[in-house]
Amino acid sequence: MIICDAIAGTLESSDILIQIFCVEDEAGIEIHLESAVIYQFGEQIRKVILSELQAAGVKSAKVRAVDRGALDCTIIARMRTAISRASSIHNEQV
Amino acid sequence: MKATAIRTNKLMDSIEVAIERSGLTDGMTISFHHHFRNGDAIINQVMAVISQKGIKGLTIAASSLSDIHAPLIEYIDRGIVKRIETSGLRGELANSISNGLMEEPIVFRSHGNRAEAIASREIVIDVAFLGVPACDDMGNANGFNRDGDNSAACGSLGYAMVDAQYANYVVLLTQHIVTYPNTPCAIKQNQVDGIVKLDYIGDPKGISSGATRYSTNPKDIKIAKLACDVMLNAGLFEDGFSFQTGTGGASLAVTRFLKEHMDSKNIRASFALGGITSQIVKLHEAGYVKKLLDVQSFDLDAVKSIQENPYHQVVDAQYYATPAAMGGAVNRLDMVVLSALEVDVNFNVNVLTGSDGIIRGAVGGHPDTSASAQLSIIVVPLVRGRMPSILARVNTIVTSGDTVDVVVTDQGIAVNPQRPDLIARLANAGLPLCSIEELKERAESITGTPVAIQYTNRVVGVVKHRTGYTLDHIYQVKR
Repeated sequence: MIICDAIAGTLESSDILIQIFCVEDEAGIEIHLESAVIYQFGEQIRKVILSELQAAGVKSAKVRAVDRGALDCTIIARMRTAISRASSIHNEQV
Repeated sequence: MKATAIRTNKLMDSIEVAIERSGLTDGMTISFHHHFRNGDAIINQVMAVISQKGIKGLTIAASSLSDIHAPLIEYIDRGIVKRIETSGLRGELANSISNGLMEEPIVFRSHGNRAEAIASREIVIDVAFLGVPACDDMGNANGFNRDGDNSAACGSLGYAMVDAQYANYVVLLTQHIVTYPNTPCAIKQNQVDGIVKLDYIGDPKGISSGATRYSTNPKDIKIAKLACDVMLNAGLFEDGFSFQTGTGGASLAVTRFLKEHMDSKNIRASFALGGITSQIVKLHEAGYVKKLLDVQSFDLDAVKSIQENPYHQVVDAQYYATPAAMGGAVNRLDMVVLSALEVDVNFNVNVLTGSDGIIRGAVGGHPDTSASAQLSIIVVPLVRGRMPSILARVNTIVTSGDTVDVVVTDQGIAVNPQRPDLIARLANAGLPLCSIEELKERAESITGTPVAIQYTNRVVGVVKHRTGYTLDHIYQVKR
């Protein structure tokens, strides 16, 4: 469950910056994606982000992703870290 | 003064006067060079005056265009510019044109093709506006100033020389008028009709724009080492060989490794050709390369060297790369190392449109050197960010695959099956060879398969083969 806003990743080339924002319980999932390869890989990136949220049992959150050409493995790693930070009571502000 | 003596006065007070004297009217063709690359201040100044004078429907036949020429968008909108011929297009202008700004498609030509089209009068330049750092009052001009302030130097004037030779009316726009005769010179007085002194013609800092730095990227280094291994083992690395290296990290790094091998085998090069960079200048000054043939100085070290080193020679674009039978210097090239945005399984190369379908590059001398050198090596990282570089079909064919011999990536080397001799040599040398299809599959296994870019059926660009026929079309992107 998302209890606070969190961030993971960077704006370096081949990385992705993931921001997760806490929203109302019933608000659902909202994904804002910016990417240099949005026309070629936009759908795939959304799919990976969504499947990581689902795998973590997140039902409501707003995700802002700024992609710099990250591979799927990088997107998964950044998503898992961001979700972990967003669900931790002892989360550190980044 | 003798009454019969003709004392020509070519000096004109302003661009406006030069335009009037040239007879420029609606529908004519004007030309510019790109030796200042992104530091060019000529095109925007001249076009501003042309627009004030209400002249319309012009064709611009530039040797190339850059980010800095975004003001052309307005002139296209207002009907002042109707057609463009160029080698390259970047930035906002390229973006707008890719999105359908112009009614008539851009014509993209290689440097050799442009020179030949001008020489054969396929392109008739009515007025050439040529920025020159210094000339005398008769028009003997160079890409630098021997007599004083040299802050506007651009080095070679190789592209401008073709325009000066063939244009119907030639206007030099210069920052310095120097003592007659300004010889030796690149542009000669008998080619020049008018001269205008301007306060500012361009910023030499815009010439390199970072495109010619030494890379520290480990992927580039690996590619460069492999490309160098190909050069050493292709049967052409012997005393008196010749070569050209393009811009781009890996291509530039090749020269560094080449030097080590020239040292250990005591081999020297007869000449290096093309866009000359500081790396090539260093090799020349250290005695590794006997002569430099310079159509375009790619950075400030090259600009400096062309003034100081007697065997660093200015050559015009026709001499450099003509596809015509009399032959260009490219025909004497043993090896060329060229960068690429994309390569496909048929060895076709794209250096013009990005993976998003938007124009963002230049044809340059890529197809000329690839077609003419005995060995054409393309260096490219297997993937860039998330984009695979080896594809089923490139977005735009700029250099046709039948001219490409070897593709070197950080993950392996593919030799064109047309060259079994080369495959045998490189395999014997123990180089990591694979098929181009294998490279494509390896790239896609890392990135996933990209969704194909959607285009409308409207043509925004036509790419000419270096011999003049239409090689490919660029379509407007659909968003």
